[in-house]
Amino acid sequence: MRSFAYDKAGDAPSAVAAGGQYLAGGTTLVDLMKLDVMQPAHVVDINGLDKQYGEIEAGKDALRLGALVRMAEAAEHPAILRDYPVIAQSLRQAASPQIRNMASLGGNVLQRTRCTYFRDPSWKACNKRAPGSGCAAMDGVNRRHAVLGVSDQCIATYPGDFAVALAALDAQVEILGTSGKHRLPFGELHRLPGTTPHIETSLSAGDLITGFTVPAAPWLRRSLYLKIRDREAYDFALASAAVALDLDKDRRVRAARIGLGGVATVPWRAQEAEKALTGKIIDETAAQSAADAAFADATTREGNGFKTELGKRTLVRALLQAAAMEV
Amino acid sequence: MADDTSIIGKARPRIDGPAKVTGAARYPSDEPAPGAVWAFLVTSAIARGKVKSFDLDEAKAVPGVLDILTHWNVGGDAKPPAPTSKGKPTTTLESDRIWHDGQIIAVVVAETYEAAREAANRVHVDYDEEKPSATFGSPGAQEEKREPGDHEDPKIGDPEKAFGAAPVKIDQRYETPTQHHNPMELFTTTCFWQGDKLTIYEPSQFVYGLKNNVAKQLGIDPAKVTVVSRFTGGAFGSKGGTTARTAWIAVAARRLKRPVKLVATRDQGFTIATYRAETRHRLRLGADANGRLTALIHEGWELTSRPSQYNVSGTESTARIYACPNVETAVNLVHADRNTPGFMRAPPDTPYMFPLESAMDELAYALKMDPVELRRLNDAPKDPINGLPWSSRSLMKCYDAAAERFGWKQRNPVPGAMRDGDWKIGWGCATAAYPSNIAPCGATVRLDGDKASIGLAGQDLGTGAYTVIAMTAAQALKLPVENVSVELGHTDLPAASLAAGSSHTASICHAVAAACDKVNAKRAQGETGVIEETAANVPNGLPDSAMDKINHGQMAISRGFGRKDCTAYAFGAHFIEVRVHGRTGEIRTPRMVSAFASGTIINPLTAYSQYMGGMIWGISAALFEKTEIDLRAARYTNDNLADYLIPVNADAPEIDVLLVPEEDNAVNPMGIKGIGEIGIVGVNAAVANAVFHATGRRIRRLPIRIEDMV
Repeated sequence: MRSFAYDKAGDAPSAVAAGGQYLAGGTTLVDLMKLDVMQPAHVVDINGLDKQYGEIEAGKDALRLGALVRMAEAAEHPAILRDYPVIAQSLRQAASPQIRNMASLGGNVLQRTRCTYFRDPSWKACNKRAPGSGCAAMDGVNRRHAVLGVSDQCIATYPGDFAVALAALDAQVEILGTSGKHRLPFGELHRLPGTTPHIETSLSAGDLITGFTVPAAPWLRRSLYLKIRDREAYDFALASAAVALDLDKDRRVRAARIGLGGVATVPWRAQEAEKALTGKIIDETAAQSAADAAFADATTREGNGFKTELGKRTLVRALLQAAAMEV
Repeated sequence: MADDTSIIGKARPRIDGPAKVTGAARYPSDEPAPGAVWAFLVTSAIARGKVKSFDLDEAKAVPGVLDILTHWNVGGDAKPPAPTSKGKPTTTLESDRIWHDGQIIAVVVAETYEAAREAANRVHVDYDEEKPSATFGSPGAQEEKREPGDHEDPKIGDPEKAFGAAPVKIDQRYETPTQHHNPMELFTTTCFWQGDKLTIYEPSQFVYGLKNNVAKQLGIDPAKVTVVSRFTGGAFGSKGGTTARTAWIAVAARRLKRPVKLVATRDQGFTIATYRAETRHRLRLGADANGRLTALIHEGWELTSRPSQYNVSGTESTARIYACPNVETAVNLVHADRNTPGFMRAPPDTPYMFPLESAMDELAYALKMDPVELRRLNDAPKDPINGLPWSSRSLMKCYDAAAERFGWKQRNPVPGAMRDGDWKIGWGCATAAYPSNIAPCGATVRLDGDKASIGLAGQDLGTGAYTVIAMTAAQALKLPVENVSVELGHTDLPAASLAAGSSHTASICHAVAAACDKVNAKRAQGETGVIEETAANVPNGLPDSAMDKINHGQMAISRGFGRKDCTAYAFGAHFIEVRVHGRTGEIRTPRMVSAFASGTIINPLTAYSQYMGGMIWGISAALFEKTEIDLRAARYTNDNLADYLIPVNADAPEIDVLLVPEEDNAVNPMGIKGIGEIGIVGVNAAVANAVFHATGRRIRRLPIRIEDMV
């Protein structure tokens, strides 16, 4: 860790004006500062803004989540458990209880990759950490790396779960910036690595995520998050699927919403798979076609070749399970 | 054995429990060192080459930095620690040479931990890089046969001929991965000097070893070195040998004339201490049509560093588990640009029993026999290699007890036949065995009225040593356990050997009993007042001079398979259920039952915990643990506890431990066989065997992962 200036933000506009690195739960930032991966000169603690950005409002038209709501609070919220099961499950299956108690929702969607080459500056080559330096993971240990949304510059996996649910559900991100408030579709928050893997989001300097809105929708009750991992708890996804289905009375798909985690460089929306399901009764064949569509563009490396098949199987399992839900 | 008046054999909570849970227990980095300054290690980012130069300007400019040690300024101030095996050690600050990834190349000392760490990040190193070899099969890795000497290569009969003629054969290759101990307590060292006297606070399994080694490294009289390690927060072998960091912290403290404290980071622990090396095996079993073994040929390959010949040679055990008239074993070393491996829980048997116990299961399937019955048929009435009797052997009693508890009778042996919804169920079993070792040890007993205090330089690694010593003394002196206090882990106390190899309880309890006998003799002569006696116990078969070796920090041990009178092993049997998801392939282990017979159990409560910990670690070794190596750079990549996976509670929901009573009058006077290692031995194979039963897939490379299932 390097020396840095520390300020507590008294109000949101002055936090934004300060132009520093925001600190909320600190579960990613402090880690990466200790590892010398992040070296912010100025840290602005926004935890004092929780009166303003710490509320959960489960309204008729939408669920609104303040950015400073802790993961644990949202995971245990009765209305979210009842009406937004995919969100509650994505949060409950993330990290450990201790981390969920600390981590904020705003910080969680910005959690940085677990690529071991990114997290250890003694590796020189990391385009994300040191633009233009190369990618040590490409031909290195890459079992946990992404197969979707990759580029020849970066294959680092987006590690979170909650963001995968938000990506599936047409959520909006609320942002306070130097020029005021604006909203962004969640799918536009994260950027594919392309030739600039160091630029991970579309946020501008000073932009502060203040909350998320998830519109009420008919597919929310029939939704779930399936996370496949090496161990039973406290582990990042090898593959995950956020699935929400609206079925008609013949059990045909009116609308499907699908997010994929653990397999992609950003929280992944599988729109091809959603399209493939529209009008279908979800059975083994339909689910498999959707999974094939979702992974049609998968690109694998030596260590992560299994992820395409595992990702497909995860999605098939999630779809069949969601279709069978009693709602 | 326990009777109504006995203290030994009755479950008792740890006497040091309250101190531990209230924070009163002092681990070495908790020892007060007024005025201490902080060290932070700089480690190499390459695995092979030389340090061309350091640029220290930026680091020295960090406020609070006091000193930076490199080979430039302290290279001649210490020698490398003596190796625990043949060959030579790797070096650190002695020269510009880099032997492995993460080698210590500089030590930054500053007024605060934060300043030292920041400055370490600002040390710029220019390397002369050479292309490293990472592991087996890497270009430049050098293979050699391990010659007999420290380890023997058992051979009886004509194994090649018998194998050739066997009607049923198994001939397979197996692999186990690199693993790291990761004890909860990090690798710490605090050093300070008072005149020419050095005090070291460092978690250790062998304070006399550390004392003598560091004295030799620094060229000073061992009598001037004190080592203190009252509590050790897990070790598992990693704190057994002396490693490079200690002497440099002593040198730093001498240069600054202030105490210097080091708490190495978790990732540094992967390269500044030791690890379990990856192994490969070829195992051949021949059997007659009834299942009786006719040939066993086991060849192992172990990875080590360039200069060291460290190896564990578990063939000394695998050769003698089952009755077989034709046995041959061999071990080979492969040198690569890696740090030197070391002991890790059940060092030889964890990797070497995996191929044997997997192959036994494969043989059972080839013969269409129940795997338990195959073991029963080949149960060895005596040591098959040297013909000596066992001190005691309760292998099949363990199998029968655990099989019954597990419900093994209900097993449908056809792979894939047992299901629960989407989950395929597999049941597997395997043998556990570990030689019963014992080392020389001294102890002091001081009796003051109805209070006794015991002192010896043994270690409690979290195992319960404090408690078994108090129980042993209380029984011998006929006092309540509450009246006995125990002091451990200090080189001012009588020497004890390395707390390792399942030898410690046997070693320390015999010494305590011997000292109590002397006290009782004095009491019997009518002596009153304070009675203080010191005694040493040298196990049968070792010369009296063996105690001198321990006093000088060297090893002396009576091994269970090297004795003249009998062969002494503890035995056990594991049964485990795995569930493999039929679609997504996650492997889960909902329940496990193991039974062990290890002679006298001093404290069944801590024994239960020891066994359970070993069993869970076995699941971990089978399904989770693997240190990943970047093959191009010969560097570890998952050097943290988020990426180096170990089980969480949800991965080990039901662990059932059975303690099978066993009286052993031959192993040693108290009948203690030792229990620290055996819990883990063979679990990896039991899991692999269960995975085969669930899925029909025989996985011979650990860990078994989801990609093996989809």
